[in-house]
Amino acid sequence: MTAVTTPATAGGAAGGFVVNLDRYSGPLDLLLHLIRREEIDIWDIPIARIADQFLQAIHVLGLDEAAEYLEMAARLLRIKAQMLLPRRGDAEPWEDPRHELVRRLLEYQQVREIADWLDAAARQRAGRFGRGYVAPLPDVPPPPLEFTIEELLEAVERVLAMLPDLVIHRVIPRPLDVEAATARVLELLGTREAFGWRDLLGPAPTIADVLSSLVALLELARRGQLSLAQSRPFTPFVIVRGPAYATA
Amino acid sequence: MDQRTRLLEAALFAAPRPLALDELAALEPEATDADWLAAVQELREHYDNEGHGVELVEIAGGYQVLTRQAFAEAIERAAFAARPVRLSAAALEVLAIIAYRQPVGRAEIEEIRGVSCAGVLRLLQERGLIEVTGRSEGLGRPLLYATAPQFLEYLGLGDLSDLPRSDELSIALTLPQAAG
Repeated sequence: MTAVTTPATAGGAAGGFVVNLDRYSGPLDLLLHLIRREEIDIWDIPIARIADQFLQAIHVLGLDEAAEYLEMAARLLRIKAQMLLPRRGDAEPWEDPRHELVRRLLEYQQVREIADWLDAAARQRAGRFGRGYVAPLPDVPPPPLEFTIEELLEAVERVLAMLPDLVIHRVIPRPLDVEAATARVLELLGTREAFGWRDLLGPAPTIADVLSSLVALLELARRGQLSLAQSRPFTPFVIVRGPAYATA
Repeated sequence: MDQRTRLLEAALFAAPRPLALDELAALEPEATDADWLAAVQELREHYDNEGHGVELVEIAGGYQVLTRQAFAEAIERAAFAARPVRLSAAALEVLAIIAYRQPVGRAEIEEIRGVSCAGVLRLLQERGLIEVTGRSEGLGRPLLYATAPQFLEYLGLGDLSDLPRSDELSIALTLPQAAG
């Protein structure tokens, strides 16, 4: 809560008075304050006067948007209206509309009195210190980080050395599709005795396509399903069925 | 002071909290409660009569040695110890209602004060002054609050009966017949 200590004066019937926002812990507290200020008998509250002063006070204090204070203001105005209603014959017992408010004010005043007693007791206790007092530790800022790359790597080594069965994988995303390339090679081998490796590739091959095909060719050659032949070094090679082709 | 009184003094000096009578039994199994009460009495009188800066007080159902109120300011100024923070007026009101009506639900507290108090309840709970003891049978089964043991220590009370009785308060809750 901000320490709002705006002293504000509101003209009351008993002259101006200073109100302090921090001092009120609720609408009942403010109402009790007004009643004491005006030296009003709590059993016979001049409700019209108090209602006006309450409205004025919450306006001055900037509390006229606080729900709890507005609720109390509405309650006061309702009681004020009820007081103005003509009473029927004296025979009918009249229920004083202020009754419930008075009960709540007295109840609240008792709570305030106990709260003050608790505050005094707590202050009495707070001024006596027991053994075992442990001062709160001051906040020490963490030291700045200073290290060399060697120290960092050594630390990493120490951590890694603690791990049993250390396995380090270097994962590289591989867009190669060797399976599809293998299928394409086998398909061509089924229809032709021999073909050039460019025949494997479509019209606009990517580097991944080229590499996929190369890996597929080498793998099939290893298995003996095809043979790679070149007439001279650095000329395009020719792919022919290998010795193991028939068994595939 | 006899040997047991000196033992009591040492125990109270070492403990960071009030020690209850039945806890003292662990110091010397042969000694009875009456023996310990006699020791407490002797130590208390010793502190009071021999001009000591500390006193023996009864707090939260136990005994504790505390520095005397008269030295509070000097000790605090020298920063050897610090007073705990004071509670706000709102927090004290909520604490007062809970102390006298426990176990009590939030709705009843708010009804009496005319202000919502969820934040205050949380604060009092965080400070260990109140605790949830159960749920009401009423609609929505609201939580019921009561004072925690720390409440007595915070106020320096022996037990809840040290709170002022309603007839000691200037306003009693019963309404005069004339008003009814």
